[in-house]
Amino acid sequence: MSILVSRSTRLVVQGITGREGEFHSRAMLDFGTNIVAGMTPGKGGQTALDGKVPVFDTVADAVRETGADTSCIFVPASAAPDAILEASQAGIGLVVCITENIPALDMLRVYHVLKERGTRLIGPNCPGLTSVGEQAKVGIIPNDIHRPGPVGLVSRSGTLTYEVVQAMTDAGMGQSTCVGIGGDPIIGTSFIDVLEAFNADPETEAIVMIGEIGGEEEEKAAAFVQREVRKPMAAFIAGRTAPPGRRMGHAGAIISGGSGTAESKRQALEAAGIAVADSPSSIPELLRAAGVRG
Amino acid sequence: MKLQEYRSKEILDRHGVPLLAGETATTPAEARAAAERIGGPVVVKAQVLVGGRGKAGGVKLAATPDEAEARAGEILGMQIKGITVRTVLVAPAAEIEKEFYLGLILDRAARAITIIASAEGGVEIEETARTNPEAILRLPLHPLIGLQEHNIRRASFFLGIPAELRRDFRAVLHGLYDAFVASDADLAEINPLVVTADHRLLALDAKIVLDDSALPRHPDLEAMRDLNEEEPSEIAAREAGISFIKLDGSIGCMVNGAGLAMTTMDLVKLAGGEPANFLDIGGGAKADKVSAAFRIILDDANVQAILVNIFGGITRGDEVARGIVEARASLSREVPMVVRIVGTNAEEARPILAEASLITADSLDDAAAKAVDAVRAAGAAGGAA
Repeated sequence: MSILVSRSTRLVVQGITGREGEFHSRAMLDFGTNIVAGMTPGKGGQTALDGKVPVFDTVADAVRETGADTSCIFVPASAAPDAILEASQAGIGLVVCITENIPALDMLRVYHVLKERGTRLIGPNCPGLTSVGEQAKVGIIPNDIHRPGPVGLVSRSGTLTYEVVQAMTDAGMGQSTCVGIGGDPIIGTSFIDVLEAFNADPETEAIVMIGEIGGEEEEKAAAFVQREVRKPMAAFIAGRTAPPGRRMGHAGAIISGGSGTAESKRQALEAAGIAVADSPSSIPELLRAAGVRG
Repeated sequence: MKLQEYRSKEILDRHGVPLLAGETATTPAEARAAAERIGGPVVVKAQVLVGGRGKAGGVKLAATPDEAEARAGEILGMQIKGITVRTVLVAPAAEIEKEFYLGLILDRAARAITIIASAEGGVEIEETARTNPEAILRLPLHPLIGLQEHNIRRASFFLGIPAELRRDFRAVLHGLYDAFVASDADLAEINPLVVTADHRLLALDAKIVLDDSALPRHPDLEAMRDLNEEEPSEIAAREAGISFIKLDGSIGCMVNGAGLAMTTMDLVKLAGGEPANFLDIGGGAKADKVSAAFRIILDDANVQAILVNIFGGITRGDEVARGIVEARASLSREVPMVVRIVGTNAEEARPILAEASLITADSLDDAAAKAVDAVRAAGAAGGAA
């Protein structure tokens, strides 16, 4: 079991013939993901990945011909908002957008259109997600850092997610699904959405949450956990040493007007009974202390 | 990217917000000439992107062109929070009867553009939010249909705009909204928006902060960047496609990924050291980017050791390792270097690093501790010599 993606996922990759799209599609295929289609306007009728995947001109064609239900987007920032809308219009239920540097006002409109249609968007500016035991990866998280197991992970970051996953795997602690929700100010899926899914997933026994400075999503998630979640949790917040008023790489990682600090997030999480680690490497021991096995 | 007051006013003016634009000057003589053209009393305002310029003496009234020249002479060259004033704005002085705050923000929580309004103008909105939150109106606008008449009325009545000025208030809020959307802003604020003694509604000060991700489609706005107020190292980093922020510590950090870069800084601090910078070399970095990153880090004379932390994904460990070895040969000065490379092609990186006799570490905690030790050892050696 897992959340959001599984063996039955039927993936279309938008931008499959581009450099990034092709590279990561190969890695997804290696991991076991069921890629049923690629999409690049003007390349319909061709195939990608050594003839393994048919390419279509539009997402609508890909859905009609292959029954694709999930999309992964590797197109430049100027074209990405339109690509997300196209996937949604074609009836795709889950859209994962890897692209970074999409203007926030574009995402504002896209966010609300998708919400109205009931399309779930993960990202943008995210590494995507991997359901480890299901051999289903949609995104760019490295294949070989995982080990299947009972811990769900949700994060606003990319390489920091890999760091935490690796620390867990090294400690013999496996993962159910790892989800990177993205570092932008306007993202499709929040911590709470993913926590809710993990909470309902019988095979996820514990949850790790990786946050960072900026915004108030971690604080909101803490309130949700206090109300709803009874599974053991551990967390890490990046940016304790970040100066206020500066954007730390991610568009959303900024302390503004004294709010969004690592300390306020840590306090909110601890008040909700979540163990907060000082270093990614201590997450496995915090989970063990909370009774998590394997 | 933050815009200077006079740039922000240029944009608002273009969208029909009533204001007293004034002229910029970079010498006292230019300020005198501007005051002569304007006629009557003027205000001379330092153009810097840091707050608190009024308190620092960067905003002064001048009754005559002579006075404008003298005041500009005092303000130009003055240091405000470490920034040297190079430009002043000379604008007609207004007699103020009432001050308001009016702003629009990209509201992450509401996922909307939100109006922020307060009848307590002239003070920072964060200050009002702390002391008197009741005095602030937060009104999220519909993201698909935008600013509507009822939104404008709500803000107008909340602020208590006099009846005869409501039409002008509509022009102000509409102009502010149009400017926000047209320039892809994160924040656009008028503080204060004033009613003058002769009953005009005017934007006396303005601030626009732009969404960096949208700058590629606004070359005209990119051209408004004030390089005078940026660290030279941050300018060099932007040109190299590296995300970099200078800090005050002694351990330079080179990391791939923003979250991991922040974590690396945090762990340096936890190990008892101080990070000298935030640096994200981005995905897929190769030798040229690595050497640019080293140059930028070492330009900071405080840096006594460098910690490289790479989690290979898109980025390949052996390519970074080769980049480090190549770049090190041409560095301006030598400092201890602790390198930790894991993930994609980390195995292939190992012999390259070993041959170059760099300090290596397997875990991030270990890497941070070794970097702190290296700085301590360098300090002790310096003390002995």
